[in-house]
Amino acid sequence: MNFPFLSVLTVAPLVGAVVVALLPRTRPALAKQVALGWSVAVLALSVAMWIAYQAGGDRFQFRESYPWIPNWGVRFTFAADGIALVMLMLIAVLMPLVILASWHDAERGKRNVPVYFALLLALQSTMFGVFAAADVFLFYVFFEVMLVPMYFLIGSYGGGKRQYAAVKFFLYSLVGGLFMLAAVIGLWVLGGHTFDWQALVDANFSTGAERWLFLGFFAAFAIKAPFFPFHTWLPDAGGAAPAGAAAILVGVLDKVGTFGILRYCLPLFPEASRYFAPLALTLAVIGIIYAALLAVGQNDLKRLVSYTSIAHFGFIGVGIFAFTTQAGTGAVLYMVNHGLATGLLFLVVGMFVARRNSALVSDFGGAGKLLPLLAGVLLFAGLASLALPGTAPFVSEFLVLLGSFTVNKTVAVIATSGIILAAGYVLWMIQRTTQGTVNPALASNEGMRHDMSLREKVVVAPLIALIVLLGFYPKPVTDVINPAVKATMADVGASDPAPAAGTTEAAR
Amino acid sequence: MEHTVQFAPATGLLSGMWLLVALPAVSAAVLLLLGRRADRWGHWLGCLSVGAAFVLGLLSFFALRGQENRAVQLNLWEFISAGSFRVDFGLLFDPLSAVFVLLITGVGFLIHVYAVGYMEHDEGRRRFFGYFNLFVAAMLVLVLGNNYVMTFLGWEGVGLASYLLISFWYVRPSAATAGKKAFLMNRVGDAAFVIAIFLLFAQLGTVNFDGVANQVHTLSSGVTLMLGLLLLLGATGKSGQFPLTAWLPDAMEGPTPVSALIHAATMVTGGVYLIARSNFIFTANSTLQLVVVSVGALTLLIGAIIGCAKDDIKRVLAWSTVSQIGYMFLGVGLGGAAYALAIVHLLAHGFFKAGLFLGAGSVMHGMRDQVDIRRFGGLWKYMKITWVTFGLAWLAIIGLPPLSGFFSKEPIIVAAFERKDWTAWLFGIAALLGAGLTAFYMTRLFMLTFHGPKRWTDDIEHPHESPPIMTIPLVLLAVGSVAAGGLMVGPVPKWLTPVLGHEVRGEAVLAHSAITILAIAVTLIGAGLAYLLFRDGTATAPQPAGALVTAARKNLYIDAFNEAVFEKPGIFLTRALVFLDGKGIDGAVNGIAASVGGGSGRLRRLQTGFVRSYAMSMLTGALLVVAAFLAVQYGWFA
Repeated sequence: MNFPFLSVLTVAPLVGAVVVALLPRTRPALAKQVALGWSVAVLALSVAMWIAYQAGGDRFQFRESYPWIPNWGVRFTFAADGIALVMLMLIAVLMPLVILASWHDAERGKRNVPVYFALLLALQSTMFGVFAAADVFLFYVFFEVMLVPMYFLIGSYGGGKRQYAAVKFFLYSLVGGLFMLAAVIGLWVLGGHTFDWQALVDANFSTGAERWLFLGFFAAFAIKAPFFPFHTWLPDAGGAAPAGAAAILVGVLDKVGTFGILRYCLPLFPEASRYFAPLALTLAVIGIIYAALLAVGQNDLKRLVSYTSIAHFGFIGVGIFAFTTQAGTGAVLYMVNHGLATGLLFLVVGMFVARRNSALVSDFGGAGKLLPLLAGVLLFAGLASLALPGTAPFVSEFLVLLGSFTVNKTVAVIATSGIILAAGYVLWMIQRTTQGTVNPALASNEGMRHDMSLREKVVVAPLIALIVLLGFYPKPVTDVINPAVKATMADVGASDPAPAAGTTEAAR
Repeated sequence: MEHTVQFAPATGLLSGMWLLVALPAVSAAVLLLLGRRADRWGHWLGCLSVGAAFVLGLLSFFALRGQENRAVQLNLWEFISAGSFRVDFGLLFDPLSAVFVLLITGVGFLIHVYAVGYMEHDEGRRRFFGYFNLFVAAMLVLVLGNNYVMTFLGWEGVGLASYLLISFWYVRPSAATAGKKAFLMNRVGDAAFVIAIFLLFAQLGTVNFDGVANQVHTLSSGVTLMLGLLLLLGATGKSGQFPLTAWLPDAMEGPTPVSALIHAATMVTGGVYLIARSNFIFTANSTLQLVVVSVGALTLLIGAIIGCAKDDIKRVLAWSTVSQIGYMFLGVGLGGAAYALAIVHLLAHGFFKAGLFLGAGSVMHGMRDQVDIRRFGGLWKYMKITWVTFGLAWLAIIGLPPLSGFFSKEPIIVAAFERKDWTAWLFGIAALLGAGLTAFYMTRLFMLTFHGPKRWTDDIEHPHESPPIMTIPLVLLAVGSVAAGGLMVGPVPKWLTPVLGHEVRGEAVLAHSAITILAIAVTLIGAGLAYLLFRDGTATAPQPAGALVTAARKNLYIDAFNEAVFEKPGIFLTRALVFLDGKGIDGAVNGIAASVGGGSGRLRRLQTGFVRSYAMSMLTGALLVVAAFLAVQYGWFA
């Protein structure tokens, strides 16, 4: 089975984007249909890739390599391990749903509809590329190019302070990217003039150089993820972006940060990773508590969801830097589950906002009486977001905390207190928007008279089904993640601690 | 190590035990997904699924009696696995889970049937039954799990159902707030519970009941104590015990069948289940047991004292539940033979408290949802069945022989007097005092509701009895209230021996007969006092009162304390952080970004025209890349 899945997946959406962009502006419906059809075809191809992937097989599969810039040793090298595979799958699943959810988003501002959907497809292409790249330079290129479509999605199609938010997003990412660029060049110089991932893993760096290179990459990823205190761009971007783009931004695009730490920081710089782990854990744990408290205090639904995501990225950070199999598996699973749960939450919030033309919590109140079904889906998304057992995020949060507890009780206990705050911000948001007496301004609002349409039901149903399924049976995903995480932990030289007490034979 | 705990694989009928959970779960899914299409028949499906689960529970119970090893497990699939951690989606049917299954499905079925009548005129009846079925499914997961993660899954599931049902009438702000409060306070306990699970894994490498039970002796006493305290905090949250007690009375915002099933008979006893299930941990540390006993004794007094001062019929019963679960905590804390006594009291309480709540619901049904007992009086004439069944449950809860409560509560009081040191007196007297207070507030409630002069508001012309679909469950629960205690106090402890162990009872500091006489005496004094005070009714307006009564009316300032210590500072902190994040962190980082980008003036310019600025940023980036590579290429660094 040698089908070049990864390069085809990277190129296909780009071709789709060009096709859609060339469609006449006067035929928006056609553009939507083509975009949707294209993304569904890409999803089908991704499913085929998922089936072809051998969970217990080689660490990197579907490897392809083509020469690019021979002078610098840069190659188009694609390969996917389990971590990349689940992220690729997440993108493929989310994109058709986001396109369907954004059906009328571009029309509202009388903006160019085909270009909007072309941008979404172009974004998908760059995201596929960034997760599939196995050449450090290629990764860097995708990492930067990825900004462009998202910049236009926020800046041209967003609401509120969209230009401010778009530029802020761009600048933060660019600054992070510059740090990474410096580190990429340093890597090339010190690592034997190659960008090949495997060759660089095998290379040896002096302790000092390794730590500087680590910091270069980590700065870019910590801004992208984002970790406290580099997080302030996200609420602006998430608040201004159209709901569909926000779902992609927070659900997938930001995961490049945590993915990058797992793929590049840990294997390439194991000593530095261990050295800086306490710092990273501290930032992550502060992020959990700090962002949760801020989420409680938000009065804008989209900003609120953005802050919850910063708290969730804190959990992922704890999971990565705890260096145990459970925590690492939990962190990667968290990346997937958070994409589903927060993606759903953003899309549902978008449905509320589209009806009310406002994202302010105080503009709602008692909406459950008018829109019982949509309010129910909001509650479900909220419960998934607070990691209620029975929903997928519980499994990942549990594994992160369990795994980090075995090595660092303080961090794990503080992080666990975050689950109380999570209940706080979710339930208070639910109460202020959907419960209580009906806000008179809502009752007279035309949009609030229509509960979910068929299109909206089709958008949320697959996400709800996946969240419940993976909440009770996460094995299909963890089986793919587990070997990759074990290999990463071996790269970083960490091993799980044995039980402190107990007899081994009784522990089965 | 005395004996090894081993679970046999399920065979025959018992391999179908997953259906116990699946029946109500599927029914809940159908009711919630079909929406209005299921409005006409949804409630019957809800009753049917729980009734079927009860029948299956009975059959499984008899199948278990025929087993050599009375602990049978069924591992359905691998639930969570990573590295050396692995838990299965596994169920365990043993004597302890069996009695819980029968209580949950049996009493649950009666309350479901009752709710068909009670919720008849509510437009959300189908949704109600969907949530109700969801609750039953989750509660069954809680008591059937064969490891702590499964218990936690059920634990959170019942928490969700409780939240949904408390705020069932979500348009009422008070109901929405009460639901949120319940969930949040429970989450505090839940956080402790999961940390206990982490500690188990870190120490023992397993979270299965058998694995933990067999290795618990290898834990240091400090770890055992920590573990037990964490589990206890979790248990206090679910069971409304001190210090996490304040949510339970507010939970009465939910429809009355909810109060009967979830906040009296089953869910709130989850904490007792958790401690009884973890008896191997609690028995291993006497300090731990002392803490559990203290929580139980303190809470039973708090609940009873506040119960005396409340005028809302459901709140009196709610505080009574807090108090009665205090007795159960006292029992499981005492350990040894008292574990089983606590379970007996739990089962008996399930009958009479469900009966009391449903009776209260029947009164409200006939009185236009009036809940103020100062506005009742003389109702015995108008609702005879409710009067008689409520009366029997009243006599049962105050512990008058030969009714149920006598057989279930008095042994716990005796067990308290059996402690080895002076604390026997402390806890024994607390338990006796609680019995007297219980008799007082329950008699007050009964007298003010059903006897004395009528004090109704004018809008109620004809108080009436409820329809048979509500009174038949009342009658059946009343039969249970009368008989359950006497029937169970002998066989149930014997049945539970494989799980809870059998221990020789200690010597009480008083003769057994003396304690019995004392218990009956304080009950009669409390009841008699209430009878004399309230046989002629009471004033309908609030009366001036002394410090203790005022404090009791204000829930002993528990809510005021929470508000001052947690809520207000929390809100302040949140506001302060929102302000700081905008001004401080964002400002600082923007400043750094601006200086990196070449001065804040440029940043401002960047924000003005986005296409131009974008192009410029890209150009800058591209130039940097090229420059950097040229630099490397020509060896400026190397």
